[in-house]
Amino acid sequence: MAQRPISFTVLSDMLAGLGRSALFLLRILGGLPSVLVRPGLVIQQIYAVGVLSLIIIIVSGTFVGMVLGLQGYNTLRNFGAAESLGVIVALSLLRELGPVVTGLLFAGRAGSALAAEIGLMRATEQLSAMEMMAVDPVRRVVAPRFLAGALSMPLLSAIFTALGIFGGYLVGVEMLNVDAGAYWGQIQNAATFQDDVLNGILKSLVFGVVVSWIAVYQGYHSQPTSEGVSRATTSTVVISSLAILGLDFILTGLMFTGE
Amino acid sequence: MDDNLVEIQGLHFRRGRQVIFDGVDLSIPRGKITAIMGPSGTGKTTLLRLIGGQLRPDAGTLRVDGTNVPDLGRSGLYALRRRMGMLFQSGALLTDLNVFENVAFPVREHTKLPEALVRDVVLMKLELVGLRGAHRLMPEELSGGMARRVALARAIALDPLMILYDEPFVGLDPISMGVVVRLIRRLNDTLGLTSVIVTHDVHEVTAIADFCYLLSAGKVMGAGSPQSLADSASEWVRQFMNGLDDGPVPFHYPAPDYARDLLGDAA
Repeated sequence: MAQRPISFTVLSDMLAGLGRSALFLLRILGGLPSVLVRPGLVIQQIYAVGVLSLIIIIVSGTFVGMVLGLQGYNTLRNFGAAESLGVIVALSLLRELGPVVTGLLFAGRAGSALAAEIGLMRATEQLSAMEMMAVDPVRRVVAPRFLAGALSMPLLSAIFTALGIFGGYLVGVEMLNVDAGAYWGQIQNAATFQDDVLNGILKSLVFGVVVSWIAVYQGYHSQPTSEGVSRATTSTVVISSLAILGLDFILTGLMFTGE
Repeated sequence: MDDNLVEIQGLHFRRGRQVIFDGVDLSIPRGKITAIMGPSGTGKTTLLRLIGGQLRPDAGTLRVDGTNVPDLGRSGLYALRRRMGMLFQSGALLTDLNVFENVAFPVREHTKLPEALVRDVVLMKLELVGLRGAHRLMPEELSGGMARRVALARAIALDPLMILYDEPFVGLDPISMGVVVRLIRRLNDTLGLTSVIVTHDVHEVTAIADFCYLLSAGKVMGAGSPQSLADSASEWVRQFMNGLDDGPVPFHYPAPDYARDLLGDAA
């Protein structure tokens, strides 16, 4: 076989991987109707990927909000605009930090777990056994996990954002004596449902779909060895994080320009 | 009705550049236990996956109960698999479900039986393998032999035509081994199954097999009853069946002259 330049091979491998993962996504979507008939499977997975991620989301959300409160207050005070603290905290959380940081934490906490679980099922022949029992593992194992991940992410992001705004309130109002009425009033005034809340939810939904997709793809196609599972877990976190940051830039460009 | 449940003709299969099967013909008689033996790495497990349609051959026909497996689409394949059970080497129990739910899994997936009936079916299958009392245990609480018996109960849950056993004797203590060996024979006869056992444990399998095939290097090297193979005219077959350390398969990996290797040119 003629030698191809390495850059060409890397590019063609990447394209082939993209194609395979797109086909895999189609298979998952094809399996969704059969999942909806058995909501029990999804609820179980929402518990595993969503509820069990709550602690890290709650703690991180509160602290990110508190830090925003501190930093925002120190800067705004120089301009005599400390009353606007609420707007800074709320908008940065609603538009960016809520979806993005939740997405990154979600990839680390739930995405890696999904990839490892499915990868180990592959390595221990559980997926093969299902196929031989005439049960499609994409429908029975992958689709419920994918759906649960995609649904959990916006909810986690909403919790993160709400607690972040509360964290900003704790620091700004309770510690630094910003007027409580100003804090909440300015948020109500400046943040709109359509532009800020809805766009944030949309972002988190996109991140949820992408992270879950990457996680189940990596797990399902991992090499059936301990090294293969570890590689699948690592790539899930790395690729998901890069995808979230890249997509966030594109989504922000589409959503928040031309105002 | 055809006497052979599985008919394989001119099977060719390669993985990458490695040729696994190079024109294999074999047939598996109905109602009997057929052993497929061969050295490690001859593609015995691959053969089971070809029969189950998880892999597609490069050439050749592979008929199970009259239908050519490689021709089947996904739904046809799934319909066929509902009539075969497969026992994996590791047992491959679903680790998030207990013993009862593992055996109930194919029943729940493929039938709409009421819960009371599912319970009866599962307990009956577990009773057959002697593990009715263990139905609440989780897979990690089972010994290797028990896990394989649970997997066996799961494989027969839907009353299949045929069971494919992938190395059922590997890593078992003598008692568990004896239990599994007798269980395979008993289930085959009482449930009217056809069993295919892939193994390299000559001693255990010849005790229960009705017919044996010996595979090596992509070909069928010998076929016949266990006794006739042990007395075979082929030196290779005799070496394998009797576990001799030297013969057509040499004990030594090809190497340069021993004396020259040790002493150099002084030899």
